Amino acid sequence: MIDFTPSEEQALVVDTVRQFAEKELRPLARKCEEARALPDDALARAHELGLVASALPAAFGGGGERSAITAALVAEELAWGDLALALAVLSPALGALPLADFGSEAQQRALLPRFLGERFAPGALAVAEPRIGSDAFRPATTARRDGSDYCLDGAKCLVPWLPGGEHVLVTASEAGAAQLFVVPRNAAGLIAAPDAVMGVSALPLVDLTLRGVRVPADARLAAFDVRRLVARGRTALAACGVGVARAAFEVARDYAKEREAFGSKIAQKQAIAFLLANMAIEIDGARLLTWEAAWTLDQGGDALREATLAWNQVKRIALDAADAAVQVLGGHGYIRDYLPELHLRNARGLSAFECIAYL
Amino acid sequence: MPISFDISPRSAAARDHFHAMAADHMRPLARKYDEEEHALPSEWVDWYWRIGRFAQPGGEGASDGFVQVCIQAEELCWGDAGLYLRTPFAGLGGSAVAAAGTPEQKQKYLAVFGDRSAEPAWGAMAITEPGAGSDSAAIETTATLDGDDYVLNGTKIFCTGGEGAATSPAGFVVVWATVDKSAGRGGIKAFVVPSGTPGMSIVGLERKLGIRASDTATLRFENCRVPRANLLGAEKVKRDDADAKQTGDKGFKGAMATFDASRPLVAAMAVGVGRAALDCVKEELAKSGVAPRYDAPPTELTAIERDLAEMEAELQAARLLTWRAAAMMNRRLPNNLEASMAKAKAGAAVTKITQKAVELLGPLGYSKKLLVEKWMRDAKINDIYEGTQQINLLIVARRILDYSSAMLR
Repeated sequence: MIDFTPSEEQALVVDTVRQFAEKELRPLARKCEEARALPDDALARAHELGLVASALPAAFGGGGERSAITAALVAEELAWGDLALALAVLSPALGALPLADFGSEAQQRALLPRFLGERFAPGALAVAEPRIGSDAFRPATTARRDGSDYCLDGAKCLVPWLPGGEHVLVTASEAGAAQLFVVPRNAAGLIAAPDAVMGVSALPLVDLTLRGVRVPADARLAAFDVRRLVARGRTALAACGVGVARAAFEVARDYAKEREAFGSKIAQKQAIAFLLANMAIEIDGARLLTWEAAWTLDQGGDALREATLAWNQVKRIALDAADAAVQVLGGHGYIRDYLPELHLRNARGLSAFECIAYL
Repeated sequence: MPISFDISPRSAAARDHFHAMAADHMRPLARKYDEEEHALPSEWVDWYWRIGRFAQPGGEGASDGFVQVCIQAEELCWGDAGLYLRTPFAGLGGSAVAAAGTPEQKQKYLAVFGDRSAEPAWGAMAITEPGAGSDSAAIETTATLDGDDYVLNGTKIFCTGGEGAATSPAGFVVVWATVDKSAGRGGIKAFVVPSGTPGMSIVGLERKLGIRASDTATLRFENCRVPRANLLGAEKVKRDDADAKQTGDKGFKGAMATFDASRPLVAAMAVGVGRAALDCVKEELAKSGVAPRYDAPPTELTAIERDLAEMEAELQAARLLTWRAAAMMNRRLPNNLEASMAKAKAGAAVTKITQKAVELLGPLGYSKKLLVEKWMRDAKINDIYEGTQQINLLIVARRILDYSSAMLR
């Protein structure tokens, strides 16, 4: 039966995460952005909430409650707090969930427990490539079988690279088909160089160069399905984008209700009020598209179409919402004492990111 | 009940049932009654009245409630929005009777729609006036109590289904009129005027951009006398909003509340027209070997594919906003904000989608060989009636800003 109300359990999770985002992430957003640094304490507390662990298989000590819908609800709340911090908090999912989806039992047994320990353990997934037309389905990075090894060559970018990570999952083409490999961060021939981008500055991102990186044949995730990877990545990113858009909308709304011009609040002028109304409508529509993609994933269906529609829509409306927020705040929107300029820079990243979040 | 996009088997059966009805009985007549404006589409009206309205969709289990109603409307308007509006239904007038009427009033006016022996009947709602469109509170039609009758005087325009309602033997028009101009909104009441009531006359039928099969009437009321019992809701005039709230007044607020139910329905109708155009574009493009890809290399993605993907996303966003407003009615939750969001989005989205469809199909899209140019003309009304896009944005803005209508005009 068609319904759009989160379950009681989901409502509880959302409430908890919303408070966390409000108290632990939002107040640090600007400071972390300027310092280009992550708040270790907040990551530790996020880990205690078990947001990623709850979705990991029970056989390895996880919560065994995988739900793309719940994950989308969580991602929106975190990203509402701050996109960079949300992507950091959710980075364990980049390492752990593709293993749960496509890895063998042996690979899972070897690699999943570290995400279920007492300490926050980041993950990394390298999909985007530094070229025009970066294409998750057809990586330019190659994998060549050489005896009992694979030999990887190519370049990746926008890879979250939080301290303390041990592996990175890398997509590469083998004979024209996309494959996914587990690569140790310290593998010979793997060079990580920090990259600076226009937003999400608190999140450490690297360019990866792979020069003849050798991994054993069993480093390949045998059950890999690039459509599913991309569908999950796009849905996760869409959920984050809805959070960014909502944050921008709320800042603009609250400012418009305070700011006076020509004898009334600017929110009382239709030029501003209609802008806000359209933002609210587009955000709700994009959220529903995101939920539909997540629901389709939870049903086990091929969700690429739904995920792509949601991702396309969110990319557009989040940028529009952030731009509108800057506009509503006028001169104040342009200065870094207020959040909209950060929202605008972060929202623009949505079109460049690919599989920088995963659910 | 969790978040679910799972259409129940009963709704799926209803969707298929009404889709077949639309494809078999509406589509073949769509062009004919676009061209023969003001002619009664008797093939459709007679078939629907004799057979269509009694045909059961089947399907088992729970329905999706108001969401199913939206799904049905989408299918029929995928068939033809003009014919849908010309269908012998109780219409918005019927909704008002159902929402605010006494058991006697409901029996008297609505029973005919389930009666096999009756002649086709229509119900309609008359609110808009030459000087009062979106600003419904500015209504000037008067209702004066004279003995046990109310006497109506005034002119109503843009009355959808007005010809059928004012001329079919069991038809009726629900007319909004003020009993006391000095009381503003509190003085506005609704009256059921049965067809054939002396003093009610059809002055003219509009010649329109689209939905030409739909009879959009101008009705004049000259000393039109109806019994006091034909008033819908409370008779007492409420002096202010607080007073009205306290006593559950169904006058002006009643009219506004019916919008919360009708706006998702209109949004669903809009989605049906938009889908008709999008389906057609996809079919025509498929003939040229073009199909939308979701895994295309970014550098190879064509402009047409990008347009198609955006149209799909926009249509689905409109549909989901519509279903959400309807699902809230299932839960008996207030949906004033969500109903206006759905209506504003759907009206604007299908206006753009159908315009883009004509563009994508080039000369073929502009030609009357296909129905796409008609759907573009039909679609635009959804951005206007049942509250223009701007009125719905105003309602959304007031809600999200927590402003009264006095604070945001």
